[in-house]
Amino acid sequence: MQQLADIVAQALAAIEASHDLKQLDELRVNYLGKKGEITALMKSLGQLSAEERPAAGQKINAGKQQVQQALNARIEGLQTEALNAKLAAESIDVTLPGRKLASGGMHPVSRTIERIEAFFADLGFEVANGPEIEDSFHNFDALNIPAHHPARTDHDTFFFNPALMLRTHTSGVQIRTMEKQQPPIRIICPGRVYRNDYDQTHTPMFHQVEGLLVAEKVSFAELKGVLYDFLRNFFEEDLEVRFRPSYFPFTEPSAEVDVRRKGDKWLEVLGCGMVHPKVLESVGIDPEKYTGFAFGMGVERLTMLRYGVNDLRAFFENDLRFLKQFQ
Amino acid sequence: MKFSESWLREWVNPAISTLELSEQISMAGLEVDGIEPVAATFSGVVVGEVVECGPHPDADKLQVTKVNVGGDALLDIVCGAKNCRLGLKVACATVGAELPGGFKIKKAKLRGQPSHGMLCSFTELGIDVESDGIIELPADAPVGTDIRDYLKLDDRQIEIDLTPNRADCLGLVGVAREVGVLNSCDVTEPEVAPVAPVIDDVVGIRVDAPEHCPRYLGRVIKNINVKAETPLWLQEKLRRGGIRSIDPVVDVTNFLLLEYGQPMHAFDRAQLQGDIQVRLARAGESLTLLDGNQVEPREDTLLIADDKGPLALAGIFGGEHSGVTEATTDVVLECAFFNPLSIIGKARSYGLHTDSSHRFERGVDSQLQAKAMERATALLIAICGGEAGPVVEVKSDQHLPKAATITLRREKLDRLLGHHIDDATVHNILVRLGCDVTTVTDGWQATAPSWRFDMAIEQDLIEEVARIYGYNNIPNLAPVAALTMTDHREAVLPVKRVRSLLVDRGFQEAITYSFVDPKLQARLHPDVAPMVLPNPISSEMSAMRLSLLTGLLGAVAYNQARQQGRVRLFESGLRFIPDEQAENGVRQEGMLAAVIAGTQSDEHWDMAANSVDFFDLKGDLEAVLALTNDPHAFSFRPAANPALHPGQSAEIVKGDKVVGYIGAIHPQHEKKLGLNGRTIVFELELAAIEQRVLPKAQPVSKFPANRRDIAVVVADSVNAGDVKNLIRKVGSNQLVAVNLFDVYRGKGVEEGHKSLAIALTLQDVERTLEEKEIAQAVEKIVNALQSEFNAQLRD
Repeated sequence: MQQLADIVAQALAAIEASHDLKQLDELRVNYLGKKGEITALMKSLGQLSAEERPAAGQKINAGKQQVQQALNARIEGLQTEALNAKLAAESIDVTLPGRKLASGGMHPVSRTIERIEAFFADLGFEVANGPEIEDSFHNFDALNIPAHHPARTDHDTFFFNPALMLRTHTSGVQIRTMEKQQPPIRIICPGRVYRNDYDQTHTPMFHQVEGLLVAEKVSFAELKGVLYDFLRNFFEEDLEVRFRPSYFPFTEPSAEVDVRRKGDKWLEVLGCGMVHPKVLESVGIDPEKYTGFAFGMGVERLTMLRYGVNDLRAFFENDLRFLKQFQ
Repeated sequence: MKFSESWLREWVNPAISTLELSEQISMAGLEVDGIEPVAATFSGVVVGEVVECGPHPDADKLQVTKVNVGGDALLDIVCGAKNCRLGLKVACATVGAELPGGFKIKKAKLRGQPSHGMLCSFTELGIDVESDGIIELPADAPVGTDIRDYLKLDDRQIEIDLTPNRADCLGLVGVAREVGVLNSCDVTEPEVAPVAPVIDDVVGIRVDAPEHCPRYLGRVIKNINVKAETPLWLQEKLRRGGIRSIDPVVDVTNFLLLEYGQPMHAFDRAQLQGDIQVRLARAGESLTLLDGNQVEPREDTLLIADDKGPLALAGIFGGEHSGVTEATTDVVLECAFFNPLSIIGKARSYGLHTDSSHRFERGVDSQLQAKAMERATALLIAICGGEAGPVVEVKSDQHLPKAATITLRREKLDRLLGHHIDDATVHNILVRLGCDVTTVTDGWQATAPSWRFDMAIEQDLIEEVARIYGYNNIPNLAPVAALTMTDHREAVLPVKRVRSLLVDRGFQEAITYSFVDPKLQARLHPDVAPMVLPNPISSEMSAMRLSLLTGLLGAVAYNQARQQGRVRLFESGLRFIPDEQAENGVRQEGMLAAVIAGTQSDEHWDMAANSVDFFDLKGDLEAVLALTNDPHAFSFRPAANPALHPGQSAEIVKGDKVVGYIGAIHPQHEKKLGLNGRTIVFELELAAIEQRVLPKAQPVSKFPANRRDIAVVVADSVNAGDVKNLIRKVGSNQLVAVNLFDVYRGKGVEEGHKSLAIALTLQDVERTLEEKEIAQAVEKIVNALQSEFNAQLRD
């Protein structure tokens, strides 16, 4: 049996040294094939006595299996190596950019309007739109701003003629809504408005969002509550909010609302008040039965505060380098 | 409205700091716009007296002086001011003084003469007064007193931005009252004793228009010296109120304007002919104003006139001819109450805006005139001497404003505020505001004070109560309302969805002005005349847009000029088409427009840098239209458009209505619009995509789909869209998809023709289609194409 041990050792060494599948197959034939050396040993069993045969047979079988396993392991190893080499050759620079059509972005003013709409939609306010070329009834008269009222001249209106103008606020939409609908009314009116003024802090066109709630028993305390929640949500900051008495012909009491960030100055962000009874009367709503609140805010100003924009005019230059910052 | 804090504190002096005061009045609705010191910071400047003054031996323009500042020794000071003279009381900066800007006064020699101090001008002390030389203090100024104390320079100018309803605060008196109310402290008015007439001279006054001028007071003052110097204290109060000193007569009337908010005017008595008449202008009259401009007053304008003609635009502006000059000795002081409605808008209609018109059109206290007249007379005589005649008053009680008596209901107050303020507080606030208050069942009755034109209805009182109580003392409450679900209609396609789609397809949203350059717009839309603003910001922003193109193309050019090679922009908004039939003569229609220029994609290591063309944008547009879930509702047909390339432009058609267009900008416009290369645009009426078709699910067929490709050759003039439409029409229900996958011209296809390769997908929901049926269906389609378009099947 010394012969078996030598053959197995020889075979294992040859398998170990082999580097290609073809050579391994030759080794298989040489040792395990029909005429292979281990096969020959198996055939020689017949020369042994019946007592010796089982033990010798077992040993030869064990040797045969040892060689077979070594062969299999080596083949598998070589196949893995080959696959690895192939995959290595296929490797790519995963840091290269992908093929894509880059997404664009919403204008920051629209972004702000959509946020505001979402907040008020939660409270059941519907979005209402209206014309931008407006008549004096809807832009002024119905809002308790009679001809020659100082508030009318303060508006720097773009007139086409004394009865027709670019709207100076979106309040006309509130009038149009109330003309068509009895309370309860809950609307917000976003849109473009126009004032004849152009400098560092004014553009002749800008955006407002106005809101209106008319129902039985609407109170100033509720107006305060709604706007307080709105401002906290809008800025997502723990800021101070104050209501400062002011004057608008279409609301009474009227207030301007200021906010203050920690350690900062008060900044005026919106105007509001309880709908003036003359406004309700002008659209056929009984001011004894119903009360309402209204508020209005400049979208550009809020957007500037929210995102740190410091030049108002950037909103209408449409410079892609500016717009692309709002993803 | 600007005023001096120290002046305010002469009237009412709560124990609060300047900042607290400012905060307090802002929070009462008188918004403080600014607080400025009335002089710069400096120290060591005292009242001095020039006790010797002589020429400098070695310098023509200098004088050598000795100045008494109350110390042991007189100070040697060299001074260069022309008005430096013996006996003058001066502001003397002593050695050690620090002037504004950190300038320190040391012992010095000027051209060999010792100088131990400096005589100061207003400018050198950081006081905004125009003057040539050094400060001339009154003769009675106490020598040695710190000038800051003497001139009360530790004072601030407070500017408040008043809302139109608070005309009562256009005089210091109103602010003082307000501060008194807010602090519950007393307001001390200056004592105004009537000036007894010492002469009998009067001017006749005839008020022909009492409805416009319910009260008019006139008083003659003779023998005044208009060259007298206005005292420094008065000049300083004016200066701190933002008004420069002119001459004593103007200064006194301006003082009353600041103090009581009562505009007054002085006429040169010698220039008046006959009675003063208050009347409406007559046709053909003309008046030269104090600023030298001439106006021809309209007949709706109230005038002050005499026998010769107009003297002044009542309540607005005085006339030049009757104005006080250096030669004036006798004046007529005017103090009137004009009906705000008679003055409002008038100044503006003449391109004027004066301190007087500003106050009269907002409302001056109608009970103030007698007091103001006495106050002005006393001041004027104190400064200029002279003798006063009796006051002549013409008034019309029936036209004077009636104090409104307003009922404030407890229930209404609580309901509107959403908060209960106790009875005593409400009552107290109204009383402190000057109302005459009586308690009635369920509330109060209040008569408004004559200076409050803004108190007329219950809400006015509610506002006053809330304002003084403090808005921020009212709680923030959540609104209580019925939980009614708002209407949501799925068939409405939100514009928001359309915008998201375009954003996701690489577009940036733009917002361009609604008014554009009429010249550029006329290039794109030569056939429609836009609405034009009569008073635009500039001519480039004067025409209302007829489409979103002008603005969007401007944005493209703007970006291309800034190295942006690839531009994809969209905008949604109104266009304005003049239309007699529409409300207010204009159709205001929501539009969606998009524009692309430059390359299809950003420069990329593995993607070709192709320029955009028509089909890039058409793909985006088709994606938008597909949001309606009704893609076959829309079709494209070639159409000429002056803005667009004649061979690359199409109308977007829905039903039989044109709802938009798409195409390449006409090359001849590119340069004029500042565009760099091919630019593709579309514009679509938003109304055309505001509805979407709700999905209606069909069973998915379990049977195989059969694809048959056909290639047909048609003339170039045949539109692929028409071919596809016909196939769909002819194909049965079993034809489930038609896809045009190739267009070929060239070898094997006759010149002037193209080959269209089309995949037809046939499928049935109930069975597997037999080969024969499929062949029949295809044949039917091919035959139809042949008869309709003369299409030939290509092998």
